[in-house]
Amino acid sequence: MGEFGTALLTHGFLQAALLAGLLASVGCGIAGTYVVVKRIGFLAGGIAHAVLGGMGAALYFGVDPMRGALVAALAAALVVGWITLRFREHEDTLISAFWAVGMAIGVLFIARTPGYAVDLMSYLFGNILLVPREDLWLMAGLDAVLLLTVAVLRRPLLAVAFDEEFARLRGLPVTLLYLLLLCLVALTVVLLIRVVGLILVIALLTLPAAIAAQHATTLGRIMVLAVVLGSLFTTGGLALSYGPDLPAGATMILLAGVAYLVSTVLQRWLQRRRTHVPATTGGGT
Amino acid sequence: MSSGTVIELRGVSFAYGAVPVLEHVDLAVPPGEFLGIVGPNAGGKSTLLKLILGLLEPTAGTIRVLGRGARAASREIGYVPQYPAFARDFPLTVEQVVLTGRLGRGRLLGGYRAEDREMARWVMTQTEIADLAQRRIATLSGGQLQRVLVARALACEPQILILDEPTANIDLRVESDIFDLLRALNRHMTILVVSHDVAFISAYVQRVACVNRTLLCHATEAIDGQVIHDLYGGDVRRVAHAH
Repeated sequence: MGEFGTALLTHGFLQAALLAGLLASVGCGIAGTYVVVKRIGFLAGGIAHAVLGGMGAALYFGVDPMRGALVAALAAALVVGWITLRFREHEDTLISAFWAVGMAIGVLFIARTPGYAVDLMSYLFGNILLVPREDLWLMAGLDAVLLLTVAVLRRPLLAVAFDEEFARLRGLPVTLLYLLLLCLVALTVVLLIRVVGLILVIALLTLPAAIAAQHATTLGRIMVLAVVLGSLFTTGGLALSYGPDLPAGATMILLAGVAYLVSTVLQRWLQRRRTHVPATTGGGT
Repeated sequence: MSSGTVIELRGVSFAYGAVPVLEHVDLAVPPGEFLGIVGPNAGGKSTLLKLILGLLEPTAGTIRVLGRGARAASREIGYVPQYPAFARDFPLTVEQVVLTGRLGRGRLLGGYRAEDREMARWVMTQTEIADLAQRRIATLSGGQLQRVLVARALACEPQILILDEPTANIDLRVESDIFDLLRALNRHMTILVVSHDVAFISAYVQRVACVNRTLLCHATEAIDGQVIHDLYGGDVRRVAHAH
């Protein structure tokens, strides 16, 4: 680990990687909290994986793939949103289909693109050590948009995350707000691509917020804690993977997963101690 | 449109696909009325409420609420659903939930204003949950949560309060407390209550609307065994409530 510390001070690419991880944490803390409390993890997964289609197309046509990712993510958010609004009963199957077809389109485009296939791997699994300066600016910009939107529209977004029926009765534009929420998730997905790759985006999106929700009591505090945890996982994962030269993204997710397990066990143990009930469920009155 | 009614349904029918739920419903509610709505399960009571709230569109007939279409007027209605439409463990405090009742008034952007917080505190006092303000809703009992839903509905300063089975999930001891509160609130708003307990609510309401696909109104004194028999299709064991 000391090796990482000294390397950090001398290598610019590591500093960029660290910064990328921190910028990504802001996104996963904020959007991830909505995903966890509104239980739309599956929808977020559909958006994340379908993005590959857009990235592949962008690559094939010679456009910057991150820009393709941005467009594809927003389009995917609107499609997934429309599916859940119109086809509620079949949303499971439809989102799965959309998810898989999106990926397939991406793979096909990439296969037909002359050049190195290593790009496919880096989009799927992240390549935080190779993150270019322009991407850092893009990520900072996405964070700014996310923070601004949530700060200004925090009450309506909360109402839609909490109780859509009541929000509709209060005259809020529920459909628009719901789609906006999905678009915020889409922006966060783009934020996380470089760090952990499309395959693992969902884990970094949901695990920090899920852990935070076990310990923090209100929405605002969950978001802050989720950002802190995200930062710990990205930084920790980077540090741990550097020495043994392991994939950074996967290490971050492993760290997050273990933390979630420990947190869940700890929470159960604390609850049991607090209420002094035996481990087996007994009958109440 | 006849002025002098806050809610007016004319020839309203509703069907889920091919299944008729309500047929040719006429209802005129004058301002300040305390109306009870009773009927068997799946008889259309909840559907009737959803039509009045603008959450559903009738397949036939017209609905006017406060002189407007139902959707346009829903902001003036405080609605207390039978079951909360949100996850019980959502990380919010009682005060935060009650404050969401203030949405739709004024600005959409930014935070709540001082008057929003004052109104929230006032309705929490009225519903006797002021001491629960900072509690997370996951830690509340069924009865406490019901009061939170009532407070949330009152927070928007409604002209009409609609409650769907407000006492179905709480014990009898608390039931009369809620109805005493409603009686007090009836002084400044019209109230509609859906209830399965005909005999109990008839002690509080002025009129009872019996809904079983069609709708028939009766003055409370006129509710007798025959009416209940016709409504429920059988003799219903009546529990005498002494007040």
